[in-house]
Amino acid sequence: MERVRIVFSGSGGQGVITAAILLAEAAVLYEGLEATQSQSYGPEARGGATRSDVIITDRPIRFPKVIQPNILICLTQESYNKFCGIIRPGGMLLTDSRFVTTERKVDARQFELPMFRTVMDKIGKPIVFNIFMLGTLIGLTDLMRPESVMKVLEKRIPSHFLEMNRKALELGLELGQENK
Amino acid sequence: MTNNIRFVQGNEACVEGALYAGLDFFSGYPITPSTEVAEHLANRLPAKGGKFLQMEDEIASMCAIIGASLTGKKVMTATSGPGFSLKQEALGYAIMAEIPCVVVNVQRGGPSTGNPTHVSQADVMQARWGRHGDQSIVCLTASNNQDVFEMTVEAFNIAETYRTPVVLLLDETVGHMREKIVVPKAGEIPLVERLRTAVREGVDYHPYLPREDGRLPMSDFGDVHRYNVTGLFHDMWGFPTTNPGVVHGLLRHLNDKINNNANQMARYKEYYMDDAERVLISYGASARSALHVVENRRPRGERLGLLELQTLWPFPDVVVREKCRNAVSVCVVEMNMGQVMQAVKAAVDDPGKVFLANRIDGNLITPTDIRGILRLIQGRGV
Amino acid sequence: MAIKDYIRERFFPHLWCPGCGHGIVLNALLRAVERMGLKKNDIVMVSGIGCSSRISGYVDFHTLHTLHGRALAFATGVKLGHPELNILVPMGDGDALAIGGNHFIHAARRNIDLTAIVMNNRIYGMTGGQYSPLSGYGMLATTAPYQNIDHDFDVVALSTAAGASFVARSTTYHVQQLTDILEKAINHKGFSVVEVLSQCPTYFGRKNRLGSATDMMDQFKETTTPIGSKAKEKDPTLIERGVFVEKDIPEYCAEYDKVIERAMKKGA
Repeated sequence: MERVRIVFSGSGGQGVITAAILLAEAAVLYEGLEATQSQSYGPEARGGATRSDVIITDRPIRFPKVIQPNILICLTQESYNKFCGIIRPGGMLLTDSRFVTTERKVDARQFELPMFRTVMDKIGKPIVFNIFMLGTLIGLTDLMRPESVMKVLEKRIPSHFLEMNRKALELGLELGQENK
Repeated sequence: MTNNIRFVQGNEACVEGALYAGLDFFSGYPITPSTEVAEHLANRLPAKGGKFLQMEDEIASMCAIIGASLTGKKVMTATSGPGFSLKQEALGYAIMAEIPCVVVNVQRGGPSTGNPTHVSQADVMQARWGRHGDQSIVCLTASNNQDVFEMTVEAFNIAETYRTPVVLLLDETVGHMREKIVVPKAGEIPLVERLRTAVREGVDYHPYLPREDGRLPMSDFGDVHRYNVTGLFHDMWGFPTTNPGVVHGLLRHLNDKINNNANQMARYKEYYMDDAERVLISYGASARSALHVVENRRPRGERLGLLELQTLWPFPDVVVREKCRNAVSVCVVEMNMGQVMQAVKAAVDDPGKVFLANRIDGNLITPTDIRGILRLIQGRGV
Repeated sequence: MAIKDYIRERFFPHLWCPGCGHGIVLNALLRAVERMGLKKNDIVMVSGIGCSSRISGYVDFHTLHTLHGRALAFATGVKLGHPELNILVPMGDGDALAIGGNHFIHAARRNIDLTAIVMNNRIYGMTGGQYSPLSGYGMLATTAPYQNIDHDFDVVALSTAAGASFVARSTTYHVQQLTDILEKAINHKGFSVVEVLSQCPTYFGRKNRLGSATDMMDQFKETTTPIGSKAKEKDPTLIERGVFVEKDIPEYCAEYDKVIERAMKKGA
């Protein structure tokens, strides 16, 4: 497969890093692929522009950081402003239409989707925004089988939250597939 | 099959390796970027009957593992930067008293508080020379999480074999990065257990008298042999002495037992080295970037190779000299101001062909950084 | 067992100066151990650095002569590694409360079953007579030639505040009481502190014109009094001797066993 380089960005507390870990872990445990996940650490646990890098491929990964992502996801205006310039030409940009106003065209397919609004309309809990976003990403890209992410969720998430997460993933997937 | 595949941070791979090696006792103190080692062990170690202790400071956690090791336990502590500085005195004690233990240092930027959340490899010389007095130390490192696991096991094995502390020098990039590890089945990697004396009760036991093979059998505190352990120069019973012959002999022994076994302890990996004209030497996270460059340039016909060092001390100078013999140039890739480069220069036949590709700003050195230096070396401009 | 079976006779005569109080502490300690009938293999002595720390060389136990100030940190590892052992930790006043002050209060806070013996001679003797945290205001030392302006710790109050579950004080003059107190301290399950006022005629005594070793021991007799005595009411400057704290609270190793139990239950 083509090496996929993803940068997830947003603000601390949005679950951006968790989403990155879940995706990379699903690739390794249930897709038989290689993946790395790394993140920039700052002193602040909440707020600020958070970034996490994921590489997924079927070959060994050496340099683990992403310099030019094929896929850039921005969940806040600040992270969009900071990172939109690094996208690989011909890549893909996914932003949330509630939080990000895109200003200029980049040489990439741009998806501005109402992820947060849909989560709030249909589930009403902002906590699953990140899982919805993962669903949308997979819906748009066919990066991996959604079941693989679901299996990781089953492993990591307390059972009484599982149903809500499953729903978020499925709704996200639908949104992604509709806009593909 | 999937059961022993894990997706973990390097720090957690270290924990898995330590548990595999039979870790019984860990004491530490929270410090970035090594804290996850303590957190995971706080969770995992008591569940297998071991003990995790958060001590009042870095010094105490180093001292406590030495105490626990003397009761026959496999012990470890983990720290970063300033914490490693604080542990040096007690680390010197463990060298002098020949106490098996593993000290993990997940390197961050320094000096002083420096750059706690960013990568650096600037503690290589501190690991070697951080303590007062002449002595030798074993220091291992790793560039990916599977190797972190294996080098952690190796650290315990060497500590037990040579009755010595072993420093495991990781870095922030490897410590925090998540990737796949496969935890081997029990028995797949051989483990070295504590060598205990066969001397019976009532017969004179010499805790500091090496056997013919150089190993020093131990006796646990609480067992039938009562002896003395001290940081002073001591005789073969462990009692303080200033006798010049004994002092000389002990100092030689402490250095020789490490340096004379440098070849046995030399762990390294080589990539495309058979016909390499230009050799990169690297270790830890930097080696990932170096390997990226090698794998990228090879298809374009560049005869580039990588020697990845996993044992940093005792420095594998024989390996380095042999592998670099036919190289036109040798470029050491590291994130400091040339600490391993100095050792490479001392090892090779022609130090003039040794160059440095480094980065010291807290960011992982990139393949582009390395390529730029390689072009300079070849006189092709940046 | 005879007292001399507890010592490593070949290292005598000891290195302490004539008149030093530390030999009396060793004597009292061995009598306590002998009276309790403890087995030599069941005792670990962990000491730091200084005159006091050399005591570990003279006893035929498992002995661990460590770093300046760090004896309690090493001892914590030994105890958790092998909780059945009796751990004796003799320390000097500078050893225990200056460089080792942090370990001292935290060992007390944990209430780990160690017996800390502070051999308080109010001076750094091994290095030649510098003031210690227990020298006291107005005293003279090689590093306080114009009188010490540092105030001293009250070891009993400090240990009590830090959470030690057994706190006592005696002197080298009151050797019978000292033996009794040490026996109680070793028997106590938890962190025990025994402060022993010990004379250093060579440095503290000479610098401060306190006379000979016997003069200094007489001063221990005159300046101390049993806890709650009438004499103390009349003269509040008297230093009290005896057991100040003896309480039964959860001990650290026993608590750790519960941690293991909870962890294993969760892991199972």
